[in-house]
Amino acid sequence: MGNIVTVRDIVDKLGCEVAAGSRKLDSRISFGYSSDLLSDVMAVAGPGDIWVTVQTHQNIVAVGSLTGISAIVVTGGADPAPETVSKADEEGVPILTTEKPSFEVIGILYLMGIRGRKRE
Amino acid sequence: MRLEYRVAGRDFQAAGGAAAKIKRTLRQIGIDAETARRVGIVAYEAEMNIVIHAYRGTIRIDILPERVNIRADDEGPGIPDITLAMQVGYSTAPEDIKEMGFGAGLGLPNMKRYSNELEVKSQVGSGTSIIAVINLPAKEGS
Repeated sequence: MGNIVTVRDIVDKLGCEVAAGSRKLDSRISFGYSSDLLSDVMAVAGPGDIWVTVQTHQNIVAVGSLTGISAIVVTGGADPAPETVSKADEEGVPILTTEKPSFEVIGILYLMGIRGRKRE
Repeated sequence: MRLEYRVAGRDFQAAGGAAAKIKRTLRQIGIDAETARRVGIVAYEAEMNIVIHAYRGTIRIDILPERVNIRADDEGPGIPDITLAMQVGYSTAPEDIKEMGFGAGLGLPNMKRYSNELEVKSQVGSGTSIIAVINLPAKEGS
């Protein structure tokens, strides 16, 4: 590892849209985690993580800001609800959206040098 | 210092808002990031339990010199078997809520994981009270 990856690097590599939180794209990524169960993310994800999910409703922002992750990638072409976007802008949690499915996104992130967050 | 929030059952719009405010306040008064994160997670799970299962409830946070106490009281159906509810993966959340990614049977286990002490009291047909204690890290030189 050793190389620093930022949210912006991920946006460039995935070619994804920035739906919210465009002010916070210089945050560094520590680890990656993927799950669609919110409490599972709460239990495992940690500060600086990139979180890959298909969930789009408002509560992903609360989960994002409480765990202190760097960004959320919403996969599979799903669009976050307008309330989700405005809340994410307010809280400064970037939401990236992509047509690519979760599996493919995770593969690309792994090749960028990001490793999975392990359950403590 | 005491913080108190009302939580409405089934209000998924506001859900998570109290926990987010609690975490922010803790950071503002100088509580370390890791402790604020733990309190935030426990408060979030308590808040979501009220939103998913109860009619209404309150979350109260007491910030003391050595610890943070979190107390959640709700009016709701109560928990018939607390031991079962403490098991990872056990959930009574309805299907539509599970589809949103809630109700994975991780709420109470997460609270236990991130708190130093956890007490759950419940009366079926009346409500549930949860008391969690999170110790603050010892201050250097004290």
